[in-house]
Amino acid sequence: MSAALIASVAALVGAGVFLVTSRSLSRIVLGFALLGHAAVLSLLASGGRSGAPPIADNGEPVISDPLPQAFSLTAIVIAFGLTLFVLALARRQQVLTGDDLVEDDIEDRRIAAVASGKAHAYDADVATPTNAETDTIDPESEVGS
Amino acid sequence: MSTLVGLAVVGPLLAAALGLAVARWPRVRDMVTLLGLAGTTAAAAALLISVRADGALVVRVGGWSPDLGIVLVADLFAVLILVVATATILVVEIFSIGQRGTAAGADPSIVGPVLLVLTSGVSLAILTGDLFTLFVAFELILVSSYVLLTHQGRRGQVRSGMTYVVINLLASTLFLLGIAFVYASMGTVNFAGIAEQIPNLDNGTRLGIGMWFLIVFGTKAAMFPLFSWLPDSYPTAPTTVTAVFAGLLTKIGVYVLIRFQTTLGMDDLGPVILAAAGVTMLVGVAGALAQDDVKRILSFHVVSQIGYMLMGLGLFSVAGVAGAVLFLVHQIPVKTVMFLVGGLIEDDQGSSSLSRVGGLAARRPLMAMLFALPALSLAGIPPFSGFVAKLALIDAGVAGGSVAIVVVSLVASALTLLSMSKIWLGAFWRTPTPPADPPSPGSARRTMTLATSTAVAGTITIAALAGPLWEMSEDIARDLLDGSTYIDQVNAEPGSADVDPVPVDAVNDTESVEGAGS
Repeated sequence: MSAALIASVAALVGAGVFLVTSRSLSRIVLGFALLGHAAVLSLLASGGRSGAPPIADNGEPVISDPLPQAFSLTAIVIAFGLTLFVLALARRQQVLTGDDLVEDDIEDRRIAAVASGKAHAYDADVATPTNAETDTIDPESEVGS
Repeated sequence: MSTLVGLAVVGPLLAAALGLAVARWPRVRDMVTLLGLAGTTAAAAALLISVRADGALVVRVGGWSPDLGIVLVADLFAVLILVVATATILVVEIFSIGQRGTAAGADPSIVGPVLLVLTSGVSLAILTGDLFTLFVAFELILVSSYVLLTHQGRRGQVRSGMTYVVINLLASTLFLLGIAFVYASMGTVNFAGIAEQIPNLDNGTRLGIGMWFLIVFGTKAAMFPLFSWLPDSYPTAPTTVTAVFAGLLTKIGVYVLIRFQTTLGMDDLGPVILAAAGVTMLVGVAGALAQDDVKRILSFHVVSQIGYMLMGLGLFSVAGVAGAVLFLVHQIPVKTVMFLVGGLIEDDQGSSSLSRVGGLAARRPLMAMLFALPALSLAGIPPFSGFVAKLALIDAGVAGGSVAIVVVSLVASALTLLSMSKIWLGAFWRTPTPPADPPSPGSARRTMTLATSTAVAGTITIAALAGPLWEMSEDIARDLLDGSTYIDQVNAEPGSADVDPVPVDAVNDTESVEGAGS
């Protein structure tokens, strides 16, 4: 395992965590892409020293460990599918609210407001503007109206 | 019999594909999903009988040796949980077919097939004998749960779905990194191989890996302080989906946590797990008391009850782990059935908010009874299954000298009862409120009530079978804590003719890799 590999993993995790803590889903997706790369690199690093390609009966004395490569391939495929799903989710959020920001739990805020005796102050302060046309079903948005 | 082990994983996937192919004909599709789930449940039950009589079944997929290929291990712990889990999903699918005719119903062409994919993931997570296949199984479960949670595309669902997906993606990435650590330090991801390598492992590395996976699986299991995503996301989904999530997803996390931490022999993490267990119980039940909506109250109880299972694991004694296993068996159906009753309330009144419903006991006595029985079981009132499981845990706690956690668990129990009486007072007593307008068709209501009644009967059966189940749990706990039985089972040469013959090429591959890998 080389120091360069470890340094890359560290850099990718650092940048990935920074992006994932953001509120915008498109940044979170980028963060996960970086974190996924970090995970795949560390899987590769866990296989030990590299050797010849792991092809059966090719006469090489030392071949690379094929197991981490199989792990990595599987992980990459799964990460690819999930990235697409999160992007679709971000798109849906954009259609509904005009942005892809992760919102607060409105019911949770309401309970907290009730607990601190500010039930009436809640709506004006915390409620996010809603797009009434696309939000016909959610009962939470009607709270207090 | 070995064929059944593979069938429990592949069968539901094939049925899901078939269900999607015939999605245009609703009746055929419902038959396919129901038969798929019923078949899986039957296979699981047959496995339980066979494993209880003749010992564990090990299947080497494709005939590869355990250190290279995938092994499926159907030991007693696995098949016991498999039976409970698949039977629970079957009941939820029946409920969901009934719910279709109502306003709150989920999209029928998606829920059935996706539930089957989820079942396949659950089977694989339960049966798998190695860490990487477990990762794949988790992804299978999670991807289906993402779809189930967000497929209606409503605003609240997309919002909570974002939190849910992001948290779970993060946990999955940590899981992958953890697999890299395990492979780098032990050269294997097979549970039996890991158990064999543990004595050679540096103590710090072992503790680090144990803590890492406590965080990974703790996030899936909604353990304190990693639980906040759960009460946020579960209540927004359709009832059937929430019922499956509450009954199964976190419990699979607990199952894996129990299996992996005992494999690693993490006795020294016991105090950490016990502390987390105590806080999980109290925070969960305190959160439940503050809520107003039935589904949200129940979601917080999911968190609270996880604490009890962690308590059993944290004791790291045969009695403690056996208690955790028994609690797991009791919790899966009880939690599911509570959410199904929540769905019945929502269907009848058009809302599950306690401030908008009332007086149901007079109008719907059967529904009141279907709520009361599992609610008392959840709170741990004798003679229900919750009482037996809690008694076992408290007994183990006292025997292990951990009085603090016993006191906390009793306080949490009392608060659970208080919270259940809050639902009872709010929804079932008080002045009756007008039912939803228009009411759901009678046939839909009958199917939903039938499914819920079946599940309630199931929870009562668990209480009635407490004796044999406790014996089984003790056997499971002994094997888990000992570990050598599991290693022997996995490493035993396959003698059964059911296993696929090893292809000649595969043998050559194995030899060359083994020669070069070291």
